[in-house]
Amino acid sequence: MSNTPNQNNFSKGTDLAVIILYFAMVAIGILCIFMVEFNPNINWSNSLIAGKNSYSKQIYFAIFCGFVGIFILLMDSKVFTALANISYGVGIVLMLATFVLGKNINGSKSWIPIAGGFNLQPAELCKIFTALILAKFISKPETDFTKIKSHLIAGGIIALPAILSIMQHEMGLALVYSAFLFAMYREGLPPVILIVALSFAVLVIATLLLEPTLLAIILTIIAAVFIISMVKRFKRNRNSILIVIGIWAICFGTIRYVVPYIFNNVFECYQSTRIYSMIGKEYDCSQNKKSASASGKQHGKKPDDYNVKQSKIAIGSGGFWGRGFLKGTQTRGKYVPEQNTDFIFTSLGEAFGFIGTASFLGLYLFFLFRIIRIAERQRSTFSRVYAYSVVGIFFFHIAVNISMTIGLFPVVGIPLPLISYGGSSLLTFTVLVFILLRLDADRQMVLR
Amino acid sequence: MALYNSNRGGIIQIIIGFVFVIIIGQLISLQIFSNKYKLAADNNAIFRKIIYPDRGIIYDRKRRALLENSISYDLVVIPNEAKGVDTIALCNILRIDKDEFTKRMIEVIVKNSRVKAGIFEPFLSPELYAQLTENLYRFPGFSLSERSIRTYPYNTAAHVLGYVAEVDVNFLQKHEDEGYEMGDYAGMTGLEKQYENVLMGQRGVKRFLRDNKGKIQGAFEKGQFDTLAVAGRNLYTSMDVDVQQLAEKLLQHKIGSAVVINPKTGGVIAMASSPGYNPNLLTGNQRRRTIGSLLTDTARPIYNRAIKGQYPPGSTFKPMGALIALDEGLISPSFGYNCFGLYTSCGDPRKCEHHNAGHAANLQLALANSCNSYFLQVFRMAIDNPKYHNAKQGYLKWKEYVNSFGLGRKLGIDLPSENKASIPDTAQYNKDFGNPKYWNSCYMLTLGIGQDRMTATPLQLANAMALIANEGFYYTPHFVDSLEDEDEDDKAILAKFRTKQEVTKISGDIFKIIKEGMHDVTVYGTAAGIKVPGHEYCAKTGTAQNPHGKNHSLFVCFAPKDNPKVAVAVVVENAGFGATWAGPIGGLLMEKYLNDTLTAESKTKTEYLANVDLMPQSIKDWYVRNNKSERLTPIEYNNDELGDVWDMEMVSENNAKPQKPKDTIQKAVDSSFKKTSSIPPTNNSNTVKKDSAALINKKKKKTINTKNVQHT
Repeated sequence: MSNTPNQNNFSKGTDLAVIILYFAMVAIGILCIFMVEFNPNINWSNSLIAGKNSYSKQIYFAIFCGFVGIFILLMDSKVFTALANISYGVGIVLMLATFVLGKNINGSKSWIPIAGGFNLQPAELCKIFTALILAKFISKPETDFTKIKSHLIAGGIIALPAILSIMQHEMGLALVYSAFLFAMYREGLPPVILIVALSFAVLVIATLLLEPTLLAIILTIIAAVFIISMVKRFKRNRNSILIVIGIWAICFGTIRYVVPYIFNNVFECYQSTRIYSMIGKEYDCSQNKKSASASGKQHGKKPDDYNVKQSKIAIGSGGFWGRGFLKGTQTRGKYVPEQNTDFIFTSLGEAFGFIGTASFLGLYLFFLFRIIRIAERQRSTFSRVYAYSVVGIFFFHIAVNISMTIGLFPVVGIPLPLISYGGSSLLTFTVLVFILLRLDADRQMVLR
Repeated sequence: MALYNSNRGGIIQIIIGFVFVIIIGQLISLQIFSNKYKLAADNNAIFRKIIYPDRGIIYDRKRRALLENSISYDLVVIPNEAKGVDTIALCNILRIDKDEFTKRMIEVIVKNSRVKAGIFEPFLSPELYAQLTENLYRFPGFSLSERSIRTYPYNTAAHVLGYVAEVDVNFLQKHEDEGYEMGDYAGMTGLEKQYENVLMGQRGVKRFLRDNKGKIQGAFEKGQFDTLAVAGRNLYTSMDVDVQQLAEKLLQHKIGSAVVINPKTGGVIAMASSPGYNPNLLTGNQRRRTIGSLLTDTARPIYNRAIKGQYPPGSTFKPMGALIALDEGLISPSFGYNCFGLYTSCGDPRKCEHHNAGHAANLQLALANSCNSYFLQVFRMAIDNPKYHNAKQGYLKWKEYVNSFGLGRKLGIDLPSENKASIPDTAQYNKDFGNPKYWNSCYMLTLGIGQDRMTATPLQLANAMALIANEGFYYTPHFVDSLEDEDEDDKAILAKFRTKQEVTKISGDIFKIIKEGMHDVTVYGTAAGIKVPGHEYCAKTGTAQNPHGKNHSLFVCFAPKDNPKVAVAVVVENAGFGATWAGPIGGLLMEKYLNDTLTAESKTKTEYLANVDLMPQSIKDWYVRNNKSERLTPIEYNNDELGDVWDMEMVSENNAKPQKPKDTIQKAVDSSFKKTSSIPPTNNSNTVKKDSAALINKKKKKTINTKNVQHT
């Protein structure tokens, strides 16, 4: 079972396509950051060496990550299964530590300062650890993932860091943990859960769009029509009428109590405002309990959709062919806030237009499908679950990040994998990818 | 277990693909099907600075500039950048209060948005400019912007030149694609409006890149999209500043108008309308103060009477009536009418100022003495011309003639909003008299002496003189002879001013007869007292009844008699007899143009005429009522006595009212008609032929002579 003949040659068995895509994406990222930071009045080659600009820093991060990647490829793949539980524990401890040691960056206290002016965001690293422990849990021989008990345990593993993230005011990072649904679904999570989740999402959106009373009436009518049209069936089976009424009651409860609770008590004021502004409504912040308790938060002050507006202008102004390398006026004029981190996609969209964005998305899609292919060729459940976790995390980041820059999703602070500026984020995705490559190289083994 | 779920990988792929398709869909809508983002990005980041070119200059025929450009400064503000302004200091300098400051700021924002520069205070005085330049550092967001404004060194020709003013919303809607923006200036009236495209030049645009804080980062794309300002082109007009100034001087304290045309080119030498205004009053910061009072003035100083004023031509129409009758062969030059001071053929008698027998014994005499009876008779003969079966057809033919003389239609001068005045339509008479079957020349009898519903503008009258002077053609009256750097398009526009308008087929000989008659007017006729030193000239006086009070004084003329170089029409409203007021003005204008100077005697006459006040009493009263007595002239002149004496030329009462003639009179008219038309037409045409043949011979000789001269 632990027969590993290829251990010495790390390049043997590693998936070359993924490596190429990885480096291509990191290069695109550096290019995008360069476009954002570029100033014609400053000699860029000088500042590159000085390492004062974001793009030069990102280059150093990338070199560092390259070494980390090589290091991971040189490791024994059994290490990952062995360390899964411990690392998860360490991750949770680190996250708890932020409440004590945390440094406030951009309004969220999720960073731990470490030596040399670098900051560590444990929540980022926790994604990796959660992926590993989830893989470990599901791949255990005694786990039967058809059982609800297993689902609940897996859910708990995922929910713990997510809840901690919410407590750190990192809604975006918390949402990322829902990406593990892919892996769980692949391993036997009943699709009903996905359907319920989807229905819930539809119901939330409907609640936001329509008047609650109107929606309640519509739901009641639907339920009534259902009951009348299925009278014969109900005569045979008494329970089914109860199911319909039960579903109706749950929906009604969601509209009346759950959705307002989420917006007023779970979300911060600015988050609720962003979501409301997506559908062109205004959110009354005085209802928000959370921001009322944590008064003085800066987010509450800027409820307008300036970011998204400028971001859409930048992408839209690219047109079909783009405005050309370094010629984007939105980027040059620094109109898009946070452009080298969360809104990095805008510099690409403006400079290279639809051609650029479409090919970039094509590249990502190819990358994701490639990892799915890798996942499906694993003999080991551990590797497969891990691979699907990687797919889920990447997909979630990409979809949410790009959607928010083009106005399809409320603004949440989620970086674009491998592209956005930031050492923590780049390191996390590097580790995620290279652990996968390491596991894939040993795909003949069955790891537990 | 794993195998059991292996299809789920595919489902996950489908989900991922689906989300990507949604994203791509949104990208397509943003990047391909929506232009607004590109515009929004440009609005964000590209700062367009407009470079205003100098407007073209307008010159007179001797290349003297009628107007010039000078520099003025505006205080402009970009509201978004106006933060931390020392408001109190600024208010003190501009002498405004805080409320006014806020009000203006809001105005600027409404007009030009927050990020564009808008005018806060236009046309700074030199002192204000100096004060502001010193203190500008205290007012971030404010800057001084240069603007070129018009000045008029000769203080003249305000109506012709027109004025420039800030464009309004209506203007912008009308000229949507011509690149005007709020705050731009454009020609609003006169030549400034007519030749706006030429005078305006091309504005240049410099583009700068601006960051999110509104700071300029440098030229956009290295200035490759910048355009240079191209200066407006100059207009070279046929005007003569001296004649123009004289005309305005002569018309001061009067209501009226004078038009001087060069018949050889159609170029307008002078066009005055009184009361007028000093064009310098409508430039720069003067404008705000004066425009209101000019617009509300009851004497309408902004109104250009030369092209818009509609006056009954009165007796000045008589030469044209004679032209029609001669051309139709209804009369010969020897045709006479036995006038005893009344015209009685149409019932109510119409008075004629002369009683002595034989004052209308032939056409020349009738013209010289301006015999009403004679021309009423001639008019009736034209309407009742047996060639055209009935009076309506006769009238239509007559109208055709009159229109061909340039009356009752727009001439197409290069000024906006020219009026076509009126030669009444048959429809109007149908309405008055019912069925055209019962039409009768007596209905509109006084049309024959330029009354009834006939009106003409001074420009039309001057042009008609040019037509007679040229013996059958004219050039469309115009100001602009040529443009600076004329291109093909300009030539096409100016072509209509450079082509001969041969609107009538009346032969030159007939014109010669009329010219002789009009010459007699100046020798022993109504204008005998008016002389142009060194020149024989032709003229016709007119004293037109009108519903607004005293008779209008009219005078039309051209000179020299042979080889005419100038044609003039003068109207002085409610002044009385034509030869008394309009006549001398016309004479002086011809003298000035032809001789370039005035004799000492003429100069005294000029001073006298310039100081005569002929303003109607109602207007004077209005000035007193509205506390504008400063408009009243210091020299009061009582013209009532003189006016009454000379109101004799046309004294028929209620001439506009239709009167049906009695049967007996109708018969008398018919018989007299037969008599006149019994003159053998063949005879007439023969003489004409002989005359013209002689003329051609003369011409030939002349040309030979000149050739010889050239050879030697």
